[in-house]
Amino acid sequence: MKFKTSLAAAAALALGLAGAASAQTKVGFIYVGPVGDLGWSYEHDQGRLAVEEHFGDAVETTYVESVPEGADAERVLTQMALGGADIIFTTSFGYMDPTINVAEKFPNVMFEHATGYKRADNVSTYSARFYEGRHVIGLIAGEMTETNTIGYIASFPIPEVVRGINAAYLAAKSVNPDVEFKVVWVYTWFDPGKEADAANALIEQGADVIMQHTDSPAAMTIAEEKGIYAFGQASDMMQFGPNARLSSIIDNWAPYYIERVQAVIDGTWESTDTWDGIGPGMVEIGEFSDKIPADVAARAQAAADAIAAGTLHPFTGPINKQDGTPWLAAGEVADDGTLATMDFYVEGIVGELPQ
Amino acid sequence: MFGDLSLVSLIVSLMIASTPILFAATGELVVEKAGVLNLGVEGMMLIGAISGFAVAVSTGNPIVGFLGAAAGGAIAALIFGVLTQYLLSNQVATGLALTLFGTGVSALMGQPYNGLKPPPSPRLDIPVLSDLPVVGPILFSHDIMLYVSLLLVAAVWYFLYRTRGGLILRAVGEDHNAAHSLGYNVILIRLGAIAFGGACAGVGGAYLSLIRVPQWTQDMTAGVGWIALAIVVFASWKPYRVILGAYLFGGVTVLQLNLQALGVNISAAYLSMTPFIVTIVVLVIMSANRRKTSLNAPAMLGRIFHASH
Repeated sequence: MKFKTSLAAAAALALGLAGAASAQTKVGFIYVGPVGDLGWSYEHDQGRLAVEEHFGDAVETTYVESVPEGADAERVLTQMALGGADIIFTTSFGYMDPTINVAEKFPNVMFEHATGYKRADNVSTYSARFYEGRHVIGLIAGEMTETNTIGYIASFPIPEVVRGINAAYLAAKSVNPDVEFKVVWVYTWFDPGKEADAANALIEQGADVIMQHTDSPAAMTIAEEKGIYAFGQASDMMQFGPNARLSSIIDNWAPYYIERVQAVIDGTWESTDTWDGIGPGMVEIGEFSDKIPADVAARAQAAADAIAAGTLHPFTGPINKQDGTPWLAAGEVADDGTLATMDFYVEGIVGELPQ
Repeated sequence: MFGDLSLVSLIVSLMIASTPILFAATGELVVEKAGVLNLGVEGMMLIGAISGFAVAVSTGNPIVGFLGAAAGGAIAALIFGVLTQYLLSNQVATGLALTLFGTGVSALMGQPYNGLKPPPSPRLDIPVLSDLPVVGPILFSHDIMLYVSLLLVAAVWYFLYRTRGGLILRAVGEDHNAAHSLGYNVILIRLGAIAFGGACAGVGGAYLSLIRVPQWTQDMTAGVGWIALAIVVFASWKPYRVILGAYLFGGVTVLQLNLQALGVNISAAYLSMTPFIVTIVVLVIMSANRRKTSLNAPAMLGRIFHASH
């Protein structure tokens, strides 16, 4: 008898737990790098932790790190959806098609794809206007370079990366007409060894300021070692280059993630396209180093403030494309459509953009 | 085309980029010569990278750090050794598991070390010689560990082909039953080789975290361990060819980055493919003569030894 009671109690407990579990909103994340990259994936994971802290027991988050872009991503996403996820954030450009494919099979699971442009009824896209941050650090780089050579470690020739190069170049050029950009494509988001080699190659070619669009702080470490300047990418990266780091572009995903999870809980989630910048706080500019002269820092800050206020757009004409054909007339501002699919260098950048 | 590209600094940076591969591949060569296939190189490198980093940071001495890396790599390898040699588990599966294990364990061990700076490694600085214009930077002013990697290859060659111990190790790799019937302890010899391979992989990983990048980042080897495995086949199990393979791969990687920085008008996509293409092409050429290749591969590679008497 006693045994039966305890059995019944256990069953009730199990049912109760199951009941509590199903009331929880399950939130999944997949990252392209390790959460310990201290760059891109790290910041997305900070967003995930913020979601956990904000909602407490009302949500359960899971993540899978270092998921290759492509077929593997599809497998991981399917598994997550089968595991009962209510909303899944896919945090790299290359997850675009896998996200769309898996979303088709799971119409009741909401997907949020970062930095892509394909949407569906249950797929939203979101990205940050990193190019606004690139404009600010471009201004600083243009002023700080003494060799007039800025090295740029680029990952893949996708619109987001191309946009960043163009924005930084235009800004640097506006304060330093002699500035030259050297771009190295490493074809990876995360490979500290290769990123370090690329930084060394650029320094060898005379670069004294390094910008990067890859995820690890390797280039910052090299810059510190070689006594040149660099900028934190995605994360602040201060600890890797206390002397080298001039400023940084920090991704702050937490408010967006909290808002979207809230929408799922409230049942008000719908497919949207979010592209926020410095204004709403999705892109933050890291503290300026005291290596930056006061007047330069003031101008950079003014540019950041103007961008936040909407009075300055980093892509304001006149701007020509690399081949000299006009793109924007004087005073004209780039529309989001062109920016989202940007596949050309602006005039003045040397070298061929890989297609 | 090479107008602005300094050949000297190119050679210097290719040597640095190749050294982690060279360490790991040399270690794996010895393991394979003993007839064991350990696919866990990537995992052992990661464990070595963090062990070396942790020890170097806490002692302030990079050389002690490298010893720690060797110990870390060897311990990880011995887990593989016990599983495959005593418990007779499948070597391929156990090696892959070791890589997964190493990735996870190193990430866990590395948590407190994110963002720390390792102590600088000592460099060779010989008066006059190190200051020579071309020869100085290429030959006489590297960090100590780079010379160790080259000496290691020479030592491994000498051991394998000029000592009795090397002969026994090769005999174990060629025919473990014969070696056993001659009274050699096959399992102990293999465990020694496995531990040595792990130590080398560990030092290779630490070269990455202490010298090439100097920082600890999770998963920082990014596939170098797999390249090292390929280099062993590429070298057809000959020590001096490991240098060739490692420097070729590292060299092409560094060269393509430098060509891009120089602004050479070749599509970057093709350039970044080149290290892999070159490796594959050479592999194909070298294995074209099937009989010759199979002659080089240790006959007992990957086979389980189980003494029945």
